[in-house]
Amino acid sequence: MAPWNPRMEEMPPEELRRLQFKLVKSLVYRLYSFNDFYRRRMKEQEVHPDDIRTLEDVAKLPFMYKRDLRDGYPDRIFSAEQNELVRYHVSSGTTGKPTVVGYTERDIENWSESLARGFSSCGLARGDVIQVSYGYGLFTGGLGAHYGAERVGATVLPTSVGNTERQVELMQDLHVTAIACTPSYLLHMGEVAEKMGVSIKNDTDLRMGFLGAEPWSEQMRTRMEDWLGIRAYDIYGTSELSGPMFTECTEQQGIHVWGDLALVEIVDPATGEVLQPGEQGELTITMLQKEALPMVRYRIGDLTAVEEGACACGRTHPRIGRIRGRVDDMLIIRGINVFPSQVEHALLEIPEVGRHFQIVVDRKGALDSMLVRVEVSEEAFSDKITDLMVIKRAVEHRLRGSLNVSVDVELVEPGSLPRFEGKSKKVVDRRSL
Amino acid sequence: MEKSYIVKQISIFSENRPGRLAAIAGALRDAGINIFAFSIAEADGFGVVRALVDRPDDAHRTLTDLGFRVSFTDVIGVKMRDEPGGLSDIASILGDAGINIEYAYAYSGKDGAVLILRVDQVEDAIRQILGRGGELLKASLSR
Repeated sequence: MAPWNPRMEEMPPEELRRLQFKLVKSLVYRLYSFNDFYRRRMKEQEVHPDDIRTLEDVAKLPFMYKRDLRDGYPDRIFSAEQNELVRYHVSSGTTGKPTVVGYTERDIENWSESLARGFSSCGLARGDVIQVSYGYGLFTGGLGAHYGAERVGATVLPTSVGNTERQVELMQDLHVTAIACTPSYLLHMGEVAEKMGVSIKNDTDLRMGFLGAEPWSEQMRTRMEDWLGIRAYDIYGTSELSGPMFTECTEQQGIHVWGDLALVEIVDPATGEVLQPGEQGELTITMLQKEALPMVRYRIGDLTAVEEGACACGRTHPRIGRIRGRVDDMLIIRGINVFPSQVEHALLEIPEVGRHFQIVVDRKGALDSMLVRVEVSEEAFSDKITDLMVIKRAVEHRLRGSLNVSVDVELVEPGSLPRFEGKSKKVVDRRSL
Repeated sequence: MEKSYIVKQISIFSENRPGRLAAIAGALRDAGINIFAFSIAEADGFGVVRALVDRPDDAHRTLTDLGFRVSFTDVIGVKMRDEPGGLSDIASILGDAGINIEYAYAYSGKDGAVLILRVDQVEDAIRQILGRGGELLKASLSR
């Protein structure tokens, strides 16, 4: 699909890096001069703006964490006065205080530009009707997608979340061609539609979805594309970056992160060391043009890898892969970082066991032990103990291969593992440290 | 004709912890299914409960609906004299015929004793046992 902003989206990588360096320099000088929080942080780290001589020198700058935003509640680390702000969004505080994000006019402008590039890379254009079924309000999803879609000239249907039957009717009646929502809401909508006797695939004009705000998988993509007759695109962002910001293009080979707006680093979650392209680690972003709430080396806590090199679509900016999990979920087993999401991915490739699992970590003497409970699949169940032991050892071998840590596997009865309770029950850590 | 001696055993995956056998047996009781014979094979943290019942299809459905992992396995039942030497007679027949036993369990009831066997070549085993004067349980013991 033709670029929205060809000069920027197809900028040669060297030129893009020069632009990023220029933007970083001016950002750091501005923050050092005018933002008390950043100046203090940089002084603590003993780094001065003059020390940033190449783009790689960004690694000298201090990291920023979610807790810095909470501690600065509501607006103590803003770099703009209230009368320069045109909007606030507030992210829900599941633990402790919520965080407030302020936007200048230019912040909204850049946010819309970013999504306009993403949306048009998937073919959204004037003539399309896009149903925005992200929540509108303090949450960034609804208004973010709304502004981006209006920017490309599409007609926006701002349905927000809920009243799903009405959403299905409107989708049919107004010939909606695109939707932006969470993947789980789209699945729900598909089921509600079927109960109403409506097949989204055959009875609507829907042909693309921008799905995000929660993790999803390639398996879900295949299922939704086949079932709903759409192309399903991943969309990524967090309120700290502005909101939903970046999407895949029609190649579906990673999310394009516009380098003139954001500088991506992937760091080792334990050491903070910058990792190479292709290596999995914690996504860390510096927002290069954000005015009201600047973000420098912000540790988002999502796990992914960065891919450099031009996409087949012709866009030159770095891409990030699917989010593999949260850093908060990281377990350190005998000094090795282990993520529950790695276990999940390994199990998906072993047909003999189901995809549900539970990890039990314990300490025997001075050694950590890791037990993974899995359910034997119906096809693989044999009444011969030897066959079952072969499955158990095969799973152990496979997990050891992908985690680099030896793992005990326990076969359990179907249905006995936690389904949707999230991390709290997927991981049981019995070590008393 | 060998087919009429193949008995459908149900096998149930079970975790190795208190109450699991009670859950299985309770479900069969509630469905009015009678158990002729059963055994438990245990491994590391799990086991397999194997049972001969009067209505294997119903037992399979009942337990599957409750979330158990259940499968059918073809076994044969060899009748034994319920007196000293009974097992020895049968074991000799099997050994002489070169039949390898994957697993076995037995029961002794009012109609005599029965050795239940899982072997790799069921039909061949049936021919060999009958050919050497052994007597087999009819599959029709279960409906």
